[in-house]
Amino acid sequence: MSAKDKILYFIWLHRTGLTVGALGLVLGFYPLFQDNPYFLGISNLIGIYLIVTIGLNLFIGYAGQISLGHAGFVALGAYGSAILTADLGWNPWLALIIVALLVGLAALLVGIPTLRLSGHYLAMATLGFNIVIYTILIQWDKITGGPSGFAGIPPLSVFGMPIDDELRFHYVIWPLAIIFLTLALNLVRSGLGLGLAALAQNETAASALGIKVSRAKIQVFVLSAVLASVGGSLFAHCFTFVNPHSFSIFTSLELVTMVVIGGLGSVWGSLFGTALIVLMPEYLEFFETYKDIIHGLILVVVLTVFPQGLISGLRDMARLKILQRRDIAQH
Amino acid sequence: MQSFNDFMQFVFSGLTNGSVYALIALGFCVVHNTMGIVNFTQVDFVSFGGMLLYTSLFAVGLPMPAAFLGAIFGAALAGMLVERVGIRPSKTDNHLVLIFLTIGLSIILRGIMKILWGKNRMAVPPLTADKPVHILGATVLPQIIWILLLTLIAVAVLAWFFRCTSMGLCMRGVASNPTAAALVGLNVNRIKAVSFAIAGGLGGLAGVLITPITTLSYDVGVLLGLKGFAAAILGGFGSFPGVVLGGLTLGLLESFSAAYFSSAYKDVTAFGILLLVLFIKPQGFLGKGRH
Amino acid sequence: MLSIDHLTKHFGGLPALNDVSFDCPAGRITTLIGPNGAGKSTLINCVTGVLVPDKGSVRLEGTEIGREPSYRIPYHGIARTFQNLALFPRLSVLENVLSGLTVEAETGFLKSIFRPPATRNHERRLRLKAMEMLDRFVLAGKADWPVGELSYGDRKRVEMARALVSGPRILFLDEPVAGLNAEESAAIGEEICRLRNLGLTILLVEHDMDLVMAVSDGIVVLDSGELIAQGSPEEIRHNPKVIEAYLGRMSVTA
Repeated sequence: MSAKDKILYFIWLHRTGLTVGALGLVLGFYPLFQDNPYFLGISNLIGIYLIVTIGLNLFIGYAGQISLGHAGFVALGAYGSAILTADLGWNPWLALIIVALLVGLAALLVGIPTLRLSGHYLAMATLGFNIVIYTILIQWDKITGGPSGFAGIPPLSVFGMPIDDELRFHYVIWPLAIIFLTLALNLVRSGLGLGLAALAQNETAASALGIKVSRAKIQVFVLSAVLASVGGSLFAHCFTFVNPHSFSIFTSLELVTMVVIGGLGSVWGSLFGTALIVLMPEYLEFFETYKDIIHGLILVVVLTVFPQGLISGLRDMARLKILQRRDIAQH
Repeated sequence: MQSFNDFMQFVFSGLTNGSVYALIALGFCVVHNTMGIVNFTQVDFVSFGGMLLYTSLFAVGLPMPAAFLGAIFGAALAGMLVERVGIRPSKTDNHLVLIFLTIGLSIILRGIMKILWGKNRMAVPPLTADKPVHILGATVLPQIIWILLLTLIAVAVLAWFFRCTSMGLCMRGVASNPTAAALVGLNVNRIKAVSFAIAGGLGGLAGVLITPITTLSYDVGVLLGLKGFAAAILGGFGSFPGVVLGGLTLGLLESFSAAYFSSAYKDVTAFGILLLVLFIKPQGFLGKGRH
Repeated sequence: MLSIDHLTKHFGGLPALNDVSFDCPAGRITTLIGPNGAGKSTLINCVTGVLVPDKGSVRLEGTEIGREPSYRIPYHGIARTFQNLALFPRLSVLENVLSGLTVEAETGFLKSIFRPPATRNHERRLRLKAMEMLDRFVLAGKADWPVGELSYGDRKRVEMARALVSGPRILFLDEPVAGLNAEESAAIGEEICRLRNLGLTILLVEHDMDLVMAVSDGIVVLDSGELIAQGSPEEIRHNPKVIEAYLGRMSVTA
């Protein structure tokens, strides 16, 4: 092995860690080049949604299940944190953790019966869940503030310093997002991740190999709900105001769009998909009018050309090209 | 006596909504039976039917019967178009991906309707003059009688189609064994197109029937359609009588929970009960058991 | 080693298996044959926990396993292949074979998301083990290929490798040579005999009579859910009941 080969091999071996490190560096220095609070606000929003879509991708993309109701879990996180901190005066971080645990428990209770169901039943159950949560947020106005929303949520604070501007929030949200990203990357490379990918492609075979299909599905469902809740809590503290319309089934569909465009079964794809969907309205002026059509078209075109999503599809294609070239070179 | 009259009022209101859910649910089922997927564009066929009725009445100036039939026909055509342009080019047979594809198509359809007809709510007139009649102590609008009658007719026509026409029999063949159907030379593509047309027609019919009672907007079909989906699930997805029963049950449940429990939370009760049923008997009322 | 006693399974009143009993002796190849619809698949599914038998028992060295869920079966040292291949097409060859090591893999939730060094080392060991198995099946050059891109013969070999990688005591092979040409079939036949010589107990379901006669130590014949004969290949070849069960149908189809 030449020195160059060694370096390349090292890079290949540690590609995941190195990519995460590079992302961390870029984001760490980003505010030095971009101190416009408006743009930082946008990248913060990407960070918040990313935490949600990472979890959702584990459930949809890796485990091959369907959820059209994750905005319901985001809502529970956001309103849970809002109520505990603004009304009851809890510490935001404690509230975030307790709410996330409670949402995880709720997901467990919803998941045990639902995850026995397949395909369209699961789609219906999750949609129904989202609609139930949304209706409660609108109707139970004594607690939730009703359709006009819940205001006066305190910002997060770190060592007594309030995280009340975009710059400070940047340095809170992105470290968290990168930690969750790393944990997700770990999970998908572990035995459990392999089991999830296996059960998504053939449940009978996966079960015959010793994968307890129902338990694996529930674990990843609960994990995705917990991440959605954390995303919701951070959303609430970031904007100090929440309103039910941010958590309708259309938000769930948007979250699914982010995951699917980026790629089923690609953690990095979720970053791409989330960033794309959040950034698009900023760069397309005619966007507001055609927002739905553009979202829909992207989803349809991507799925028609790459059924596994853009990043996953391109990755698989590149991998196959390399393998074929290597094969020819050997013969 | 008053409470009995109220009760009958709620029964009629439940049956009305239930019929509409049943029509939409049948649309979901027809596509599910031939392609094995949940077609989320079904919800937009409902809005589209209402929109077409509005336009043919007020912009084109057609008389009601022509506008009514035209709207249903137009929605059926839209269904075929969705299958031809949106679904068929995709080469995947992964159901998860196909379901996401129909979600994408549904978002596009809503976007198009929003641009063509705007975001405002519109009013559509009922089929015939709205002088209420009294039946069994309840005050019933003629539109409600139309809804019940036309749903009955639609279900009868559908049953006839699937039992007595060769196309209908072919479609049932595809439903029970797609590979064998392809082997014996059935034109699977045509069958898919027809099933989307039927789904579109059923959605359109539901739309033209219910929008005079609700109001019309580009997204009116979403909640109605999802309740239709819920009805399909309740009925076991695939058995037509089960699905009609599912629709009527959901309509009645909703009506009674709104009346005797809370009208603000009627969606919560409707979907809450659906979730409960899913947990206890996932295959629905009349669904086939697991193989 | 594996004893099947009075196994009975009905589907909606129709018997798919009726009071079937036989043994798979340790270190031997026991082959299950019978015309289509004889109940072979039902039997395999009952033994591997996919179906729950109505009556009777399946015992592995005395331990009842007939009512265990399918994901528990591999923990008893039982591995299987499937009739029409049940691989994971989008996973690579290596990952498919690795999935055969699920019983040994670290699937604890916390360890999976934090991957401490011990877990990583364990994963590395499993990976090496899977690579060795790929070597044995001449698949090492294809390790990174998605299984969906392989030829049918290669996929059959991947499935064998996946079944064997965990070092099972008992192997169920459901029509391992279906769809293969004569040369490939012979290679699989040799591999099966070699595995038997290494001490593996094998339950084989197969239609290819050349292979069955060549490798079996004992044959069990099912017809319409009933066990109609069992014995050595020589005995089965001349058993009038078996000839009738097969030839009777053939004359109908001919």
